[in-house]
Amino acid sequence: MGAYYLRLALRALRNSPVLTALMVLALAVGIGASMTMLTVLHVLSGDPLPGRSAHLYYPQVDPRPLARGSNGNPEPPGLLTYIDAENLLHQGKATRAAVMYQGGDVVQPPAGSALHPFVVNSRLTGRDFFSMFEVPFHYGAPWSAADDAGAAHVAVISRSLDRKLFGGADSVGRMLGFGGHSFRIVGVLAHWRPVPRFYDLNASRFGQIEDVFIPFNTARALNLGVNGTTNCYGQTTGNLDTSPCGYIQMWVQLDSRRAAAAYRRFLADYSAQQHAAGRFQRQPNVRLDDLMQWLAYNHVVPEDVRMQAWLALGFLLVCVVNTVGLLLAKFLRRSGEIGVRRALGASRRAIFAQLLIEAGMIGAAGALLGLLLTWLGLWAVRQQPSDYASLAHLQPAMLVATLALALLASLVAGLLPAWRACLIAPALQLKSS
Amino acid sequence: MMTPRPILSALRRHKIAAFLIVLEIALAFAIVSNAVYLVMGRLQRMDIHSGIDERDLVTLQISSSGNAGVPSAEADLAALRTIPGVQSASAVNSLPFTNSSWNSDFTKTPGQDATGYPATIYLGSRDLLPTLGVKILAGRGFSSDQYTDLTPATMLSAFFKPTQVIVSKAYAEQLWPGGNAVGKLLYVDKSQGQIVGVMSNIVRPQLSDSGTDPSNFYAVVLPFRVGPDLDASYVLRAAPAARERVLKAAVTKLQAMHPTQTVTKQATLSQMRREYFANDRAMAWLLVSTILALLGVTAIGIVGLASFWVQQRTRQIGVRRALGARRRDILRYFQTENFLLATAGIALGCAAAIGINVWLMAHYAVPRLPIIYLPIGAVALWLLGQLAVLGPALRAARVAPTVAMRAA
Repeated sequence: MGAYYLRLALRALRNSPVLTALMVLALAVGIGASMTMLTVLHVLSGDPLPGRSAHLYYPQVDPRPLARGSNGNPEPPGLLTYIDAENLLHQGKATRAAVMYQGGDVVQPPAGSALHPFVVNSRLTGRDFFSMFEVPFHYGAPWSAADDAGAAHVAVISRSLDRKLFGGADSVGRMLGFGGHSFRIVGVLAHWRPVPRFYDLNASRFGQIEDVFIPFNTARALNLGVNGTTNCYGQTTGNLDTSPCGYIQMWVQLDSRRAAAAYRRFLADYSAQQHAAGRFQRQPNVRLDDLMQWLAYNHVVPEDVRMQAWLALGFLLVCVVNTVGLLLAKFLRRSGEIGVRRALGASRRAIFAQLLIEAGMIGAAGALLGLLLTWLGLWAVRQQPSDYASLAHLQPAMLVATLALALLASLVAGLLPAWRACLIAPALQLKSS
Repeated sequence: MMTPRPILSALRRHKIAAFLIVLEIALAFAIVSNAVYLVMGRLQRMDIHSGIDERDLVTLQISSSGNAGVPSAEADLAALRTIPGVQSASAVNSLPFTNSSWNSDFTKTPGQDATGYPATIYLGSRDLLPTLGVKILAGRGFSSDQYTDLTPATMLSAFFKPTQVIVSKAYAEQLWPGGNAVGKLLYVDKSQGQIVGVMSNIVRPQLSDSGTDPSNFYAVVLPFRVGPDLDASYVLRAAPAARERVLKAAVTKLQAMHPTQTVTKQATLSQMRREYFANDRAMAWLLVSTILALLGVTAIGIVGLASFWVQQRTRQIGVRRALGARRRDILRYFQTENFLLATAGIALGCAAAIGINVWLMAHYAVPRLPIIYLPIGAVALWLLGQLAVLGPALRAARVAPTVAMRAA
């Protein structure tokens, strides 16, 4: 029976090639547009550290004065001052913890190199950064706890910087000239690209990781500058680290809900103690988001991307309504043929099944063409200037979803016309033709 | 125009098809009017007037790494001014169409409890305003003896202690609406600065989502000199035709002066504007192509259903022709029918358009849809409907009267 319906459907579609082509095209365009946008949305709203993200938290306290103005946001600031960062790091109880900020400076190529000096971004942080975020190493290992404590002149570099400076050789033990200082390389990272770049949302949110990693204490001792946001809340002193200026991100790993609750209590107690000491003007005002909460709180998925996804879905809806109309016209045009089949004994259910198969075939064709258009659409997104552009690739899950969506859309679009067509009374149609 | 009665009774016999056309037009109308509005918002933002002579300006930045061989702004600017074609040169802490800026809250009364008014701070060197092409509208500029040097060491202590300030027209208007700002005092905490001049508006580096937001122009200039050690850039003024050559010569000169440093940025201001709005442009193109595709799909649907109707009613058309209806009457019939359907769709679409806009306003930074977009969308869809129905209607008009007799 199925094969017979397929043959009938094929013949029907061949009988009106233009109408069929238009239906397939409209459906494919709708599918292509919505799958392109949904793929981008899917890529950007993913979990950068699946399995670990639930145990990583971002602590915030509020050292701001009471004044209003652009500090009117009731939520605590997203960046810690040096004093608070140091206090939280040493007084808080966490499995792992790292404070960090972004810098940027000039790399001096090794002697004899044909390269010109060039600027790269750096991440100035503690050794827990690597273990907490499971950063993969290609050569070597993170620096030691002693390096952290002693502000040693050591560095971890990215694979791409290793390639650029040393041709990809094992550069552990060699020296890196950076920012006018010399650092001993202890590790080279393997490729690592968390999406989004969750650990610092002030800088490029979907960009590459930094090329140079240096211990936080070393960076402060050498006074390596901040290449990012610095927010000062009041009377500054001559020194960034004694001024009320937030510029530091902090992450802690807390392995249980109980540990997280305890840490939140610690933040409140710490704030109360700072308030009592007169350093904080405000009552304790703290936050402790886990990684995914932190991404949502910061609206990491760009608004444009969300709007594009809604727009594309609206477009798909129009395409489906359009297909409903065209299928209706197509089926009712064949009233005579359907009447004959009914008169010869075909049940309503059989007619219904036959017409739905026809709709499904249009859906299948629309899906294949839609897949092609999705691929083209993602290519177009990759040509865009945004920092997430290079991440827009077709994914297996989305591929299956595209096919399912197209088939579903065409079947939904076929339901009403097929139902309307199988109501045709056989006798009336035979008489009139 | 013919009376709609017979058309309406005919449509009653094709309720589903008629409803589908109405629904499609309503959806298209609702989406298109909102999308057109979003495109206009982007275009407005991209069109923002920067207040500086973009076509005459180029900028470049040299790194300032380590402790030895750090570039000095004075020496660099003196060398850059010798390049043929350079009319004027200055250092500047940040420029429009970058995403880095220095901002602070200023208050009208001293103390931490006063209401703060955020503004962007521009500073660089004495030639900054003339180089950019910013005019003093009231009061005066800084005299050369008022400038002090800002360095990484003095930055945090000196930065928030302005003694004299020049404010933009928009910022003055916000703080003292209708009044004269010259001579008034501005505070950062307890330190005070006096406003000596009001300058023409200069846009802030980071724009808000709306191109018409007055806060885009809240800016002040302070009498500080900055250099590469504070990430300052150089900005050079040259005739538009000489820009590219001047920029190239400037890069070569700086690189030769500082072999251990590197030029980290070089661009014409026109390039920077293009790059700054690249995302807006991409979004505008995406919206426009969606609008066009949507209108195309809607037209396909109208053509499909109208053709079906013409085919179905061939005999009735023949009868009407035999009874004396002219070709023009048949054509009119289908055109009027489409007009009625489009009108119903537009009415339904108006409600949906406003609904979508309210939802967008609640969830995204989208302003209220101005009412003018509704008639514009309506005219667009009426035209689209008429265009789409023309083919099938002409085919209907060609039906010969004899068809009626033959078929019977």
